[in-house]
Amino acid sequence: MNRYPLWKYITVAVALVLGFIYTLPNFFGESPAVQISSAKATLKVDAKTQARVEESLKSAGIAHEGIQLDLNGVKTRFADTDTQLKAKDLLEKAFNPDSADPQYVIALNLLSASPHWLTSLHALPMYLGLDLRGGVHFLLQVDMKGALTKRLDSTSADMRSALRDKNIRHAGLSREGERIVIKFRDAETRAKARSTIADSQPDLTLAETGEGDEFRLVATLKPEATKKIGEFALKQNITTLHNRINELGVAEPVIQQQGADRIVVQLPGVQDTAKAKDILGRTATLEIRMVDDAPGSLEAAIAGSAPFGTEVYTERGGQPLLVKKQVVLTGDRLTDAQPGFDGQTNEPAVHLTLDSAGARIFKDVTRDNVGKRMAILLIEKGKGEVITAPVIRTEIGGGRVQISGRMTTSEANDTALLLRAGSLAAPMDIIEERTIGPSLGAENIKKGFNSTLWGFAAIAVFMILYYQMFGVVSVIALASNLLFLIALLSMLQATLTLPGIAAIALTLGMAIDANVLINERVREELRNGMPPQGAISEGYERAFGTILDSNITTLIAGLALLIFGSGPVRGFAVVHCLGILTSIFSSVVVSRSLVNLIYGRQKKLTKVAIGQVWKPGNSAGAAAVNGKNEG
Amino acid sequence: MEFFRIRKDIPFMRHALKFNIISLVTFLLAVFFLATKGLHLSVEFTGGTLVEVKYEQAADLENIRGALGKAGFTDYQVQNFGSSRDVMIRLPLKGEQNTAQLGEVVMKSLAADAPGASLSRVEFVGPQVGKELAENGAMALLLVVIGIVIYLAFRFEWRFSVSAIIANLHDVIIILGFFAFFQWEFSLSVLAAVLAVLGYSVNESVVVFDRVRETFKKVRGLTTPEVLDHAITSTISRTIITHGSTQLMVLSMLIFGGETLYYFALALTIGICFGIYSSVLVASPLVMWLGVSREQFMAKQKKVIEGANEEGAVV
Repeated sequence: MNRYPLWKYITVAVALVLGFIYTLPNFFGESPAVQISSAKATLKVDAKTQARVEESLKSAGIAHEGIQLDLNGVKTRFADTDTQLKAKDLLEKAFNPDSADPQYVIALNLLSASPHWLTSLHALPMYLGLDLRGGVHFLLQVDMKGALTKRLDSTSADMRSALRDKNIRHAGLSREGERIVIKFRDAETRAKARSTIADSQPDLTLAETGEGDEFRLVATLKPEATKKIGEFALKQNITTLHNRINELGVAEPVIQQQGADRIVVQLPGVQDTAKAKDILGRTATLEIRMVDDAPGSLEAAIAGSAPFGTEVYTERGGQPLLVKKQVVLTGDRLTDAQPGFDGQTNEPAVHLTLDSAGARIFKDVTRDNVGKRMAILLIEKGKGEVITAPVIRTEIGGGRVQISGRMTTSEANDTALLLRAGSLAAPMDIIEERTIGPSLGAENIKKGFNSTLWGFAAIAVFMILYYQMFGVVSVIALASNLLFLIALLSMLQATLTLPGIAAIALTLGMAIDANVLINERVREELRNGMPPQGAISEGYERAFGTILDSNITTLIAGLALLIFGSGPVRGFAVVHCLGILTSIFSSVVVSRSLVNLIYGRQKKLTKVAIGQVWKPGNSAGAAAVNGKNEG
Repeated sequence: MEFFRIRKDIPFMRHALKFNIISLVTFLLAVFFLATKGLHLSVEFTGGTLVEVKYEQAADLENIRGALGKAGFTDYQVQNFGSSRDVMIRLPLKGEQNTAQLGEVVMKSLAADAPGASLSRVEFVGPQVGKELAENGAMALLLVVIGIVIYLAFRFEWRFSVSAIIANLHDVIIILGFFAFFQWEFSLSVLAAVLAVLGYSVNESVVVFDRVRETFKKVRGLTTPEVLDHAITSTISRTIITHGSTQLMVLSMLIFGGETLYYFALALTIGICFGIYSSVLVASPLVMWLGVSREQFMAKQKKVIEGANEEGAVV
């Protein structure tokens, strides 16, 4: 009765072997590495790059422990972190001779140190969370309202030029909150304008309002357009963040959408949080506007009454400048920005390339405004600064624009980088930040590991003392549970955090419950006078229902944590839920198959080593002589 | 070894009223402390900034406080974290301050006094996140309660599910009461521990109830209190051993887990201790008061047998 069919033994054996293989990489750990990947879409990292890496390391006399090429780029392993840092500096110099214009991203990384055959099975070590490996975690909130305002601003510019192209005269066009209001002098013009705008702006809902002399057209964004803008803004911001983080040189950044309007950024291994935050938080966009040079108006503006539709900005160097609110061009029309030097004055400059629509607008504007001044503004975190305000001498076609004026070389580099890395579609705020130093991470691993180890050891000692052979079986089952859990976590590459390690420990502590239930039940059956084989089988059968019930209630709690938890709680919940699943298998199936192997074949089993079974009515001494006991 | 040598069923139910009064008193005390003292919520819930700094020598907290005061901070808390060389600084949320940069500002103001200090950890939580976390925590608790009630009602009977959940919610309140009384920090991981304990100690009730059901079905002629006594007595050894084993693990976390896992393990410890008590000595009397009886199980069994069209005699 206590025999398993062969397939069950095989299942258990296969599960154990798989568990072992996938747990194995965790023992090899990770070795420091330098990863080289391309910073540009046009540049490919291939075998040639690999050869180049090998050559430059060789000529500098830096020893490495293997170079590999994969989808992420060329990765070179090193014996220790000192060599790794040395190699990084060397490769940085070799691959990016012009630090102003990096071609490659050179980043520090950790690579699994397990042998190749394991890696080819996709057996990787567990993915450690930031609290275990150190790094920065940011939660960014995207300001959707900002995205809408920005979109409405550019829409109103488009509307203005559309109306001008059709020669429709209006008496003022402005954005009021989340709508655009256009005033007209008569109903006829309004009707014409309405059809023009409806044709060119399908995303807008138009409504006619106004009484008496006033004819107004109110445009609002359609709800689906609003939603689309939100989604687009989020996507655009994620792309922008990717570009910026690439410039930082992080090996495995995580940039993910969370919820409708949030972005999670995790930068493992990054220690310079100030720089990371600076690069992430910068929301630089370029705006080109016209300067209001009408005599007297600047003085009036400084005195506090700026003429309608203008605002005061400060030029680099400190002079105030009156700039029209109407935006001619924004950074969206930019396809490239490179630092360089002015051909004539040799001043540092940024060379901009505009897309075709931008080039056309720029050409039109420069043609219409020869002799006037144009301001190029860099808007960072809501504050604008006029980089330069040159006089337009001739019409500029071809979409190539140069910004120069009182910039240092590094300022030119920074500006180009910010502009090139793309503008954020909507402003973002950091609403959560977590920075963990690398030593704290290592300490956390040690603490988590020690808690689990000593807890496990204590339980093992107690179980074996108390239940003897059945205790050994229970401990083996518990160990296999740990094995399965770690293998599963490694296979799924779920992120392991300190709460996750706590969950491993707690799950083990709870999983022993199933074995205690079984062992107690077997003892009870023995106490009631059942023969050992029957007691074992009954004990397992009867305990199973209870084990299932109790695990399901625990699982309900785990799932609730998984659904509503975030951050550390989620890490806990994932491991907890997985652990409950593996524990059912290991404490019931694995332990039963062990018991069956040990006792199942003995037909005339008279005693099992489950510790002392005390029977009421017998004295303790009598129980010891009792045949069903083992001393 | 055999720790539990119980000759007769222990008459737990004779003292049911006493147990319920004890629970009621502890429960009311917990509620009282929660109401008067409130929970000492961590930065995760309140929003704010937390900076952990590691010094090369034992840190002088007064010096640090002085340096922070000089740098213009107000309403800060400075305390040792785990060892005398680790210091934790908590700063509340300020309206207009650029909180995201606070970590560096703190480090700069400290660096003057102790050049060897290094930043181990910075945590900044904005106000909206904190509120959300608190809401999500409440939702998770609600979901666990509803899930368990439904499951137990489906698996056993409504009387069992109601008393199990009352008993275990009473545990939760008591854990929270401890945290309020001692003003221990209530963080997200403590919340996780509380919810895990809820699932875990419902286990305990499940095991006892399982036995109650079995005894009702198998043994005739016992009164309800006798059945409950028998069920509790026959599962008590398992209860103690299981909880002891889990507690060994939790104890190991308490000792080796460091400051980060300390309150987590502490919440679990209280939860485990009260879990035993409540699920055995609170839930069972409740089931009794709610009027559980043999007939409720017999009727069910009858139906199953008829439905399954089995031959055997109807009990």
